[in-house]
Amino acid sequence: MVEKNCKSSCKCCENESQETLLSRVDELINEYRGQKGALIPVLQQGQAIFGYLPEIVQKRISEGLGIPLHKVYGVVTFYSFFSQEPRGKYLIRVCMGTACYVRNGKKVLDELKEQLGVDVGETTDDLLFTLDVGRCFGACGLAPIIMVNDDVYQRLKPSEIGKILESYRKPQVEAEVAK
Amino acid sequence: MTDTCKKIGSVKQLEAVRTAAVEAAGSSAAETEKILICMGGGCIASGSECVKNALLESLDKHKLGDKVSVVETGCLGPCVRGPVVMVGADRAFYQNLKPDDAEKIVEQHVIGGKIVEELTWTDDSDNSASSPKIPVPLQDDIEFFKRQTKIVLRNCGLIDPGSITEYIARDGYRALGKVLDGMTSDDVLSEMNKSGLKGRGGGGFPTGRKWEFAIKSPDPVKYILCNADEGDPGAFMDRSVLEGDPHSVIEGMAIGGFTIGSSQGYVYVRAEYPLAVERLQKAIQDARAAGLLGENILGTGFSFDLEIRMGSGAFVCGEETALIASIEGERGEPRSRPPFPAVKGLWEKPTLLNNVETYANVPAILLNGGDWFASFGTENSKGTKVFALAGAINISGLVEVPVGTTFREIIYDIGGGILGGKKFKAAQIGGPSGGCIPEQYLDTPIDYESLNALGAIMGSGGLVVMDEDTCMVDVARFFLEFMQEESCGKCVPCRLGITRMLDIINGITQGHGQPGDIEELQQIGEGIQAAALCGLGQTAPNPVLSTIRHFRDEYEAHINDKHCPAHVCKDLVSYSIDAEKCTGCTLCAKKCPTDAITGVVKGPHAIVLDKCIACGMCLEVCRFDAVSVK
Ligand SMILES: Cc1cc2nc3c(=O)[nH]c(=O)nc-3n(C[C@H](O)[C@H](O)[C@H](O)COP(=O)(O)O)c2cc1C
Ligand code: SF4
Ligand code: SF4
Ligand code: FES
Repeated sequence: MVEKNCKSSCKCCENESQETLLSRVDELINEYRGQKGALIPVLQQGQAIFGYLPEIVQKRISEGLGIPLHKVYGVVTFYSFFSQEPRGKYLIRVCMGTACYVRNGKKVLDELKEQLGVDVGETTDDLLFTLDVGRCFGACGLAPIIMVNDDVYQRLKPSEIGKILESYRKPQVEAEVAK
Repeated sequence: MTDTCKKIGSVKQLEAVRTAAVEAAGSSAAETEKILICMGGGCIASGSECVKNALLESLDKHKLGDKVSVVETGCLGPCVRGPVVMVGADRAFYQNLKPDDAEKIVEQHVIGGKIVEELTWTDDSDNSASSPKIPVPLQDDIEFFKRQTKIVLRNCGLIDPGSITEYIARDGYRALGKVLDGMTSDDVLSEMNKSGLKGRGGGGFPTGRKWEFAIKSPDPVKYILCNADEGDPGAFMDRSVLEGDPHSVIEGMAIGGFTIGSSQGYVYVRAEYPLAVERLQKAIQDARAAGLLGENILGTGFSFDLEIRMGSGAFVCGEETALIASIEGERGEPRSRPPFPAVKGLWEKPTLLNNVETYANVPAILLNGGDWFASFGTENSKGTKVFALAGAINISGLVEVPVGTTFREIIYDIGGGILGGKKFKAAQIGGPSGGCIPEQYLDTPIDYESLNALGAIMGSGGLVVMDEDTCMVDVARFFLEFMQEESCGKCVPCRLGITRMLDIINGITQGHGQPGDIEELQQIGEGIQAAALCGLGQTAPNPVLSTIRHFRDEYEAHINDKHCPAHVCKDLVSYSIDAEKCTGCTLCAKKCPTDAITGVVKGPHAIVLDKCIACGMCLEVCRFDAVSVK
């Protein structure tokens, strides 16, 4: 595990209203309208704007690009990157690629489940963490790996999990106190 | 440095730019006063960003900021030793650096001219943690590097992937210039055929033949695709090439475009690789600005451009017809072939699809000739192959060797042997479509034919080493579960067959195995291989069939003795605490997630088996070696 002092956290959409977010989706649609194969890039960037793809966003995209809603839905459900549920502030992804698996990645996952009290795909009640698994982040040489948003933690031991989670909870607590 | 390059209007001008760049790079000052720092994905994860900042700070402090350049390169190879740095003309190799080490390197080495030996590469003589570490300060003397042959990775780790001039200085875009300067499509094809290059994406289909099909499909509109989906969950070759030398892929695709008569290409990159996307995007922009992509390239009248498309997390999209469906904005479901993409591909147009590594080979082949390329490798398999070494190996990372190198050479001579002095059990090659190679075949040359004979495949280059602590039944279960989750579900043999196999194997690992299970697994597996529509289903049974073939005794131990020899399958192991060794430090009891450990301070502790979930935490944390597993 490596200590890092610079934690990533997305602040871009924290305080924006749904209306503003939707208008950004509309801009996105306008940019792509008429292009071949636009649906998936629009869904990807739409999810980046909204954090997930609720029905209202899927409808907007369907109407905007002139693609039937059932087809949009079919694509959203096919690809594992698209989520129809809101996600936590921090997305924890545990690598379950071959190298991480044989180097105890599963124990790391079990420990995370235990400490967060959620299963894979679920979000904690305080909307702080979503737990997910990934299939190889391409850093197998350093297995086992987890990613918390864009921060990579490598060669992890289950016993180190507590400290990592704490480091994400703390700024939250400080922020609350500051309020 | 992340420079760009002005528009280059002709092949002759490209040559002039190259000569100037070579001169600039070759001037003695540039060589001695250059610090190369790896900014590969692995090293970034190990904190190379902070080391880089510390180096810059220290150079500034000593007023060397404009005399010594810190070059950010792609993966240098030994990711496990990251962050790694190379200094000076004789390439002193520093490893496992921390920000605090930067000052020492600048003061002692850059200024004082003396290598800081305690920070350099070490060879660990017998692979155990306690073994003496022998410093090997210069890259040229390090076994890990000495034994490799780099064609694909020719620039990776040596140049700044963000600098198109550095690429040009190392013969970059020279092959494209040569092709556009008078070669015909047939000339290029002839070199490709001579080279004997086979597709590096897993299938191993001869690249020249594939290009020929695409040439022969008459249509004014054709497409060129690059498969950078890299789905094998234990592989990072393509990622490293895109991150470390993106221009080599662009150049290979442009040559392909010229050869088959296509002016538009797409690179399909998996969503997990944001850094690769970022660097490729910059490289495409720089190539456009330099007139090496876009309209009228190098003033020759040839036009070709590239766009990136990102995947969305579906393994099956690595399959060519599914990948095409995904770019079209559809669900990524494979369709039956023929028609092959070379005839009817993206938007129903003739389409050429190759893998990242395949394209990265192309400029080298065109520049040096097909015969040169064919001089590497074996009788039937030419060139080199990049492998991603991972698992229970000392030096995990990225290596490139001639095809036909043996497992033993890669794992022991280059990779430094098994981690922690443990015993080798198997090498998994080919990912979820591949197989496990046991110890008695360590001297097998790694080429397409030899691997097929052992029930494995070359695959894309993932090589995961497993030691005595790995349960082969559990590994087979892992891959089956992966394939079950990733099956698109379109055809029945794949969907239902894999699920049935997984049920059986789950039963075996949970202690419900029965005589006859092995035979049933084999029977269903062979059925799926024969009946599935796409490569995913056709190869999904391979890990099971190959582990049955080479590790049947482990299956039998699980089924007949309800015993997991590697102590992995939770339902078949039990943890206990040795009262003699236990000092009563209470650490395990504190850490146990289910409060399964009883005992008082300074008194011997014990495990309540009913509560124990076999997580292994107590074994990990006990400092007195008192916890054991059976
Ligand atoms: C399920 C499945 C997954 C695949 N995944 C990849 C992949 O991640 N990368 C890749 O280059 N090829 C992958 N392939 C192989 C491609 O279908 C295709 O053969 C290859 O990209 C062609 O390029 P090549 O001839 O240069 O190897 C996959 C095939 C199947 C059946
Ligand atoms: S073999 Fe499997 S993955 Fe391939 S098309 Fe059939 S169901 Fe889909
Ligand atoms: S293996 Fe895990 S659950 Fe069992 S006693 Fe040890 S710490 Fe507790
Ligand atoms: S990422 Fe730095 S050596 Fe591989």
